[in-house]
Amino acid sequence: MDMSFSPEQIAFRNEVREWINSAMPAHIKKKAEVDGNFEMKEIMEWHRVLAKKGWVAPHWPKEVGGPGWDATRRFIFSEELELAGTPGLSPFGLAMVGPLIIQFGNDQQKQRFLPRILSGEEVWCQGYSEPNAGSDLASLQLRAEDKGDHFLLNGQKTWTTYAQYADWIFVLARTNPDVKKQSGISFILCDMKTPGVTVKPFLTTGGTPAFCETWFENVAVPKDNLVGEINMGWTYAKALLGHERTLVAGVGISGRAILRMKRIAAETIVDGKPLLEHSGFRAKVARLEMKLEGLRMANYRALAGAQLGHAPGPESSILKLRGTEIQQAAADLTMEAMGHNSLAWFNEPGVVPPREQWVASNFNYVRAATIYAGSNEIQRNVIAKYILGLPTK
Amino acid sequence: MDFDLSDDQKMLVDTVQSFVKKDSPVERFRKLRDTELGWDKEVWKQMGELGWLGVMFSESVGGLGMSFVEAGLILEQLGTTLVPEPMIPHLVAGSVLMHAGDAGQQEQFLAPAISGDQCLALATTEEQSRHNVCDVKTQAKKNGGDYQLSGKKRWVLDGHAADHIVVSARTSGGDRDRDGVSLFVVDPGMPGLEIQRVDCMDGHKAALVNLDGVIVGKDRLLGEQGKAAAVLEHAMDYGAAAACAEGSGNMQTVLMMTRNYLAERKQFGVAIGSFQALQHRTVDMFVETELGKSTAIMAMLKIEDKNADERQRAISAAKTQLWAGGGFVTRQGIQLHGGIGVTDEHDVGLYFKRMHILNTLFGDEQFHTTRFASLPSFVEHVA
Repeated sequence: MDMSFSPEQIAFRNEVREWINSAMPAHIKKKAEVDGNFEMKEIMEWHRVLAKKGWVAPHWPKEVGGPGWDATRRFIFSEELELAGTPGLSPFGLAMVGPLIIQFGNDQQKQRFLPRILSGEEVWCQGYSEPNAGSDLASLQLRAEDKGDHFLLNGQKTWTTYAQYADWIFVLARTNPDVKKQSGISFILCDMKTPGVTVKPFLTTGGTPAFCETWFENVAVPKDNLVGEINMGWTYAKALLGHERTLVAGVGISGRAILRMKRIAAETIVDGKPLLEHSGFRAKVARLEMKLEGLRMANYRALAGAQLGHAPGPESSILKLRGTEIQQAAADLTMEAMGHNSLAWFNEPGVVPPREQWVASNFNYVRAATIYAGSNEIQRNVIAKYILGLPTK
Repeated sequence: MDFDLSDDQKMLVDTVQSFVKKDSPVERFRKLRDTELGWDKEVWKQMGELGWLGVMFSESVGGLGMSFVEAGLILEQLGTTLVPEPMIPHLVAGSVLMHAGDAGQQEQFLAPAISGDQCLALATTEEQSRHNVCDVKTQAKKNGGDYQLSGKKRWVLDGHAADHIVVSARTSGGDRDRDGVSLFVVDPGMPGLEIQRVDCMDGHKAALVNLDGVIVGKDRLLGEQGKAAAVLEHAMDYGAAAACAEGSGNMQTVLMMTRNYLAERKQFGVAIGSFQALQHRTVDMFVETELGKSTAIMAMLKIEDKNADERQRAISAAKTQLWAGGGFVTRQGIQLHGGIGVTDEHDVGLYFKRMHILNTLFGDEQFHTTRFASLPSFVEHVA
């Protein structure tokens, strides 16, 4: 047993760190310093920088444009991006529809879509959830009727993050209403410019744009845009869930958040001394940091297993649960450290110190972490059923 | 990075696993907890013959020259059925002899313990000391070429049965000074040494040790006089890592015991494990159990780290996880069993008791949180 990175892996980490530092455009770096919310154009700018280097899709096979890294290098790369506070890339093309097309799409689809996902020429969004199909996603209602040479889409999708910027949307649509709900769903790609598609953005509680609602009214989609076989969409979407499980813990995100919180607590004077020197607060920080150390170790175990080609073990199923709880706890403690400054909401520069400017926004938006990608309650249901084998009613 | 077990480790784990299942189910512990000794000398001897007591010690003293990882893997298995033999006191006292003893002392005191012929105890705790190994009031006065030891030690694990007890005593300095703490080996039967057996909640035994002018020769001083603080702190970390390893086995058992109960127990016409409230609670137990496994491995791997900051950081994080996670798992284990969980007849309460002992020894949550927050690595990069 060995929990250290090899000299080659450490050299790789240094190479990645140096490259990120030199490649980040100045204005993005400036925003990263205060962990500001990146706008879509900044996210795509960073996407193109990574694409040019050949590092934008670490988990794609080499033949379709991946760098050919193993699981450990992908983890190191991801952690370094998180620690540097770089813009989080949109996952919908790179991490979702891309891998799905690689696995289940035909050659024509691969040639048509993959290069443009890589280059950032086309932005994707996800059409999964509906107003009445959230955690119970399989009960989705958006219809795709077979009209001979095309499908006709009617219905509504929600939480379609980045739909307002997207060129394409991948949709889970009902193609057969007469069978078990999981068995009548297909995976369809739809051009956002098709007549009948309308998008309305939501403002998040963090004061930033992200989610949208997207309506489909008699939207005609060519049959070429069906991925894989008809009525197999649910199976494909599920196959994607197991991907990159070793990156969901976000140890880099939490590490950066805790460091920021400690800096704020070190600069905030309470009763004549830094808040971080007050034993009560310091103990809370220590407890959170120790939790992160535990999570990191669980993450390392999952990673080592993936590296050796093992199927994901039980240790990997807890990463999302605990990781998102720690992200939220870090935000909570940062707000506590800020005291009255945490009352502020998007004021002019100078009202609160630069380091504190975006904390309140993140404190709000990080609530989503325990909700998206399978809410933590759904994660618990899944563990109860598939790992613990507890009975169903 | 690799957490797969080697073939040797797999074989070791298999052997211990089959021992706990066949030869030492919880019923054996139940019988032994009411005896004077609390464990079985025959079994201890067997463990010595199998090499289990020597995995982390060098071959020169009869050990196998492996590492603490193997000791941890053994303890994890022993924890699953509450095997009562004094493995943790052996490792903790043994670590002191390994780090501070010379070859002759190791031969005299450590080797017979490794073979299972004898057993060891470490006496550091005093009335006022809590988890601070430098808070030593017991005095060692130079008396010609000898030392005269006087003071009171409390909660000496396995002190009632030990053939040799390693005792910390102050040879110079004031209360809580790092400098001036020394280590000596005393044996039962020495004039002035009084050993009173006491019961622990978990069925294990300990001793209150009174030293009233016990005279020992220079050959019983371990290491340099007055310089024992670092060795003792390291010994406490061995204990903490050992507690994490045993605690991991403890949690795994409670989780499965509870899971099985929920699958069998019927109320309202269905298995209660089909209720989501109970499922989610069980999943939270699972999460803590998994984190307990991971952090126990972290502690096992970091205990010998040359960098004291890194070692202490890992040990404190692991021990704090045991406090939170082990506390949660054993409490919820009882809760989800309902009334039967509060009976002495049911095993879950035994695991709960043992977990409390593991959580209290070798630094509790308060101690490790404070220590973690005082390490240089805690404020690294902050300024």
